[in-house]
Amino acid sequence: MRAQFVLSEILIGLRRNLTMTVAVIVTVAISLALAGSGLLLRRQVDLMKGYWYDRVEVSIFLVDEVTEAQRASIEDDLQALPEVERVEYESKDDAYERFKEQFKESPELVANADRDALPESFRVKLKDPEKFDVVASAFAERAGVDTVLNQRELLKTFFRAVNRIQVATVVGSILQLIAAAFLISNTIRVAAFSRRRETGIMRLVGASNLYIQLPFLLEGAFAGLIGAGLAVGMLALLKVFLVDGLRQDITFTAYVGWSALWSVVPWLLLLGVGLSAVASFVTLRKYLRV
Amino acid sequence: MIRLDHVTKSYPNTAKPALDDVSVEVDKGEFVFLVGSSGSGKSTFLRLLLKEESPTAGSVHVAGKDLSRLSHWKVPTLRRTIGCVFQDFRLLPNKTVFQNVAFALEVIGRHRHQIEKVVPEVLDLVGLDGKADRLPDELSGGEQQRVAIARAFVNKPMIVIADEPTGNLDPSTSVGIMKLLDRINRTGTTVVMATHDAAIVDSMRRRVVELDAGKVVRDQARGVYGYSK
Repeated sequence: MRAQFVLSEILIGLRRNLTMTVAVIVTVAISLALAGSGLLLRRQVDLMKGYWYDRVEVSIFLVDEVTEAQRASIEDDLQALPEVERVEYESKDDAYERFKEQFKESPELVANADRDALPESFRVKLKDPEKFDVVASAFAERAGVDTVLNQRELLKTFFRAVNRIQVATVVGSILQLIAAAFLISNTIRVAAFSRRRETGIMRLVGASNLYIQLPFLLEGAFAGLIGAGLAVGMLALLKVFLVDGLRQDITFTAYVGWSALWSVVPWLLLLGVGLSAVASFVTLRKYLRV
Repeated sequence: MIRLDHVTKSYPNTAKPALDDVSVEVDKGEFVFLVGSSGSGKSTFLRLLLKEESPTAGSVHVAGKDLSRLSHWKVPTLRRTIGCVFQDFRLLPNKTVFQNVAFALEVIGRHRHQIEKVVPEVLDLVGLDGKADRLPDELSGGEQQRVAIARAFVNKPMIVIADEPTGNLDPSTSVGIMKLLDRINRTGTTVVMATHDAAIVDSMRRRVVELDAGKVVRDQARGVYGYSK
């Protein structure tokens, strides 16, 4: 069979059944776009984790009435801990400068803040962020220490929320994929019925099963491929308008780029074509019995 | 060529079997009429030969093969050795006479140049030369049946199965179709024909197998149609 002939046969078959074909393509596109955004969200989370976990620190805030000797001994003990990578001291003035920098968009907040209100602290970078407990237990009760704060805990709450969104997209995409599979199955059924005369004669004169079923399989797979293509388009739009928009507004994190998008494309195409082919195949086994 | 050994076929949810302990043997090159009233099991008999159904008990041999041992994917190969003709012709209305016959060869993967050589020959044989470009709708019933016979025979099958091929035709046209089947039989092709047409059976004087309620009630070498009492 020549490729051009096969392609034109597929297009004729798909046109014969246009409304169903459109329904299949749209459903496949939406489900794959959801699946793709789920995958991209995962990449985004991994990126953010890498970016932020590199920067998070354990903060040891000191009480206002801390003595010079207490501060020095805390610093020495911190430096001596094998888990600690680096220690930075932040005085009240440093803290105020940082506060001013962080909230420069809200001048009234800065104006109301007292230069003395922010506590001095040690910013501790751990070699392994999981070892927070060692630091916390060693310093929480020390004289001169107010609180020990793990920034990583704050991030965890945020990532837990993102994870829930991700689970929701995956569940949504699975439901859509199931709907797509049923739609494809129905489309193939209608196509098989409308061509029962041809297929009946084919069986009679001894055409092989593959020869009889291949056009239907290809039709399903072709619709799946177009749906997957649309899904890739939707993801590209999502990247251009949503992610690149966010990149302008929120600058303190890393974002997924085109390479992440391209890396999910093969999976989407595979899923689209594979799902359609499997749904068609199962349907054909039932409705094109030899 | 065809052998049924104590074949019983029951369909689900029916009390009486469609075929009940039937044993028939047909030699290569024979012409056999299968007669009997509607529901006597003629169609089931033919469907068993094509492996469209499998017997409940007993064995069916066609062209030297035990059909119960024939794997699913080899069934198409079996069907290429059998040509089929039906009462309702089963032609594709949007294809010409030539294309209808060629279709049978295309779908089993024959080459274009071979098709272009063989199809005119077989159209000539069935008396349709010059009508290759007509559509089935433009032909008479008899001519349509000739197209169907051409399609059944174009692959040079060992067996031709005809299920009431004259059922939709008037008597004089039927005679032409029977002459054609007789000619095909003379090329050494085994022909099994199910029919209700008493006049044809009586005039041909060929072997007659009569089925009644799923049993063979008569197997006569040069028989006539008449029901046994």
